[in-house]
Amino acid sequence: MEVNILAFGIARDIFSERKIVQQIAAGETVAGVMEQLKVNYPDLSKLKAVMLAVNEEYVDDNYQIKDGDELAIIPPVSGG
Amino acid sequence: MIKITDQTIDTQVLIDSVNDSGGGAIDVFIGTTRNQTKGKKVLRLDFEAYEPMAIKELQKIVDRALAQWNILKYAVVHRVGTVEIGEAAVVIAVSTPHRADAFQACQFIIDELKKTVPIWKKEFFEDGEVWVAAHP
Repeated sequence: MEVNILAFGIARDIFSERKIVQQIAAGETVAGVMEQLKVNYPDLSKLKAVMLAVNEEYVDDNYQIKDGDELAIIPPVSGG
Repeated sequence: MIKITDQTIDTQVLIDSVNDSGGGAIDVFIGTTRNQTKGKKVLRLDFEAYEPMAIKELQKIVDRALAQWNILKYAVVHRVGTVEIGEAAVVIAVSTPHRADAFQACQFIIDELKKTVPIWKKEFFEDGEVWVAAHP
């Protein structure tokens, strides 16, 4: 299935766009997607930390992605 | 009130919004943009938010504060877009019956905001730009 992955902050610079569409296997976890993304975008590995949010929530690494989920790359936050 | 805005924050409006006749204290935190980082001149800052998630995460923090302290009213507003030096990037106002709760709740909200809320700051220098805290 295809999922949309939003990118913010430095992740948006690394992707060169605000949103990418990624092909993933059924039952894939966020940890799996992150691994795949780090292969495609090696600069992600240089970040202090990087997380994937699903449907506007932080989730565990073993969260299984479902069709229609909205993913977002969350690089280290720096608000305030 | 919890809000993300690309407009200048009117601190007085927020203070007025949390004023409560049952209150004995209003604590206000204003996070302003600094003109330097480690001695290097900063020209301006840009803030970006994953807005719907940022609102949700801010609400979670406020809910934790509400469970812990006797808060009458609160306002949390964060800027996005370009913020000039000296402007408020974030304003938090909390009213409580007694001052200790107001101080503690206000500090808790800003400390937690900095840990979890998906907002990112980019500093613009004379010779380039950097996403703050992105790299080790």
